[in-house]
Amino acid sequence: MNDTYELHGGETHIEVHKFYPGAVVLVAAAALVFQATVPVYFPRLNILELPLLVTIYFGLSRRNPSTGLLLGMTIGWAQDALSGPTVPIGYYGIAKTVIGYLASSIGARLDTEHPAARFSLIFAFYVVHQAVLVLVRRVLLAQPEQWFNVHLTIAAAVNALLGTVLFLGLDRLRRSA
Amino acid sequence: MVAIPSKHRSLTLLAGVLIAQLLMLAVQIKRDSHGRLIRVWAISAAYPFERSGAWGFGKIRGVWTHYFALHSTAQENEALRIENDALKLTIAQLQSRAAEADRLAAILNFKQSHEEVPLVAARVIAASAGTASRTVEIDRGERDGIKLNMAVITPDGAVGKVIEVFGSTAQVLLLTDKDGGAGAMLVDSRTQGVVGGTGEPMMQMKFVANEDTVGIGEKIVTSGMDKIFPKDIPIGTVLETKPGNPFKQIRVQPAAKLDRLEAVIVLLSQAPVEFKTETQSAPSTSTTQNATPGTPAAAEKP
Repeated sequence: MNDTYELHGGETHIEVHKFYPGAVVLVAAAALVFQATVPVYFPRLNILELPLLVTIYFGLSRRNPSTGLLLGMTIGWAQDALSGPTVPIGYYGIAKTVIGYLASSIGARLDTEHPAARFSLIFAFYVVHQAVLVLVRRVLLAQPEQWFNVHLTIAAAVNALLGTVLFLGLDRLRRSA
Repeated sequence: MVAIPSKHRSLTLLAGVLIAQLLMLAVQIKRDSHGRLIRVWAISAAYPFERSGAWGFGKIRGVWTHYFALHSTAQENEALRIENDALKLTIAQLQSRAAEADRLAAILNFKQSHEEVPLVAARVIAASAGTASRTVEIDRGERDGIKLNMAVITPDGAVGKVIEVFGSTAQVLLLTDKDGGAGAMLVDSRTQGVVGGTGEPMMQMKFVANEDTVGIGEKIVTSGMDKIFPKDIPIGTVLETKPGNPFKQIRVQPAAKLDRLEAVIVLLSQAPVEFKTETQSAPSTSTTQNATPGTPAAAEKP
């Protein structure tokens, strides 16, 4: 199998990237461990959502909605499991499943290699991700939760900025054509 | 070229994964008062169908019960009607027995409260066959000490006298008979006369002068002058009074229920019998005339 494929959508040619063996698992695991440990020592870093960024990145890169949503679901479940007994399994799973599907679907149609595009997409995906979480919390858990606030905007911007940088690093894990 | 899953396929997978996770969440989440969310969902989802089903089954059952399953209704209705008639009859019998028990209790009470007076309680077993006479037959006779001309009363008042005695029965002539009567006295004015029957439910007091004062509602008691009834046994109440020639015409309502006699008391002697309330005088409300002494003494009609 080739490492890189091309999707032909009209006049555009979109590449489908493959990664070194174990790269996806290791990166996802690292993001989860970071998310679970670092904020303990640096509470301000709680604003970061590395599992989400990983989900977005591999979704945009693989450009396969089925793979993307399954990867998002898996990362979400792991995040749920690491979040303690108060978070039911599926809480982050649902949100990241949706994000994985959307990222893969959009990645299959748009060129998401440009940093500006990545920044915008990460910002939007972060908002959607939080919206799904709020929806689940309000509807299923019957807990009052504000839909949007300034903190959300700042968090979305911070994660978008971090994601844009992080994605450049993750690009190095791609197999070359 | 790589076979990329179609949009439809991935959408189906997305829906399946999301639904699975939602169910998983529902199993985990526990609402405070409703239990697990999956249970709330299940009940909420099933409720409309359950309600519709219950409504539908209720309607079907109602239609079946009220329109089709009526084969035994007529029979059941007939059985219920017969049972209802039997119950009505039973109720009537019980009411009759209760009334009889009340009457017997009154007789017994009267007897117990007048232990010093020799008397015999008797049950009315027959009445006169025609309207020409007003007599009753009682189940006490010579064997019980009953003799001719003994006074017969009830706890309400005078009834009549014994006119025939047999071994175990006796005949009583009621005060309402044309030949019946008793020496009487108006309670308020102490005017004496004779109360006798006219063959009708009401009696008449005779030999009261037009000048005597007689009030409507005034009580009349026995005077004891007839040598049959002891003194002061209630006879009746003045119902109507008007001047007559040569004596006043006074209609009297019997104190005893002479048309509904079922149990009576035969006084074996002329010893005085005290009626506690019956001898209380009622206020006069009618004609006031001058009293004339020398009214004829009360006497039993021949």
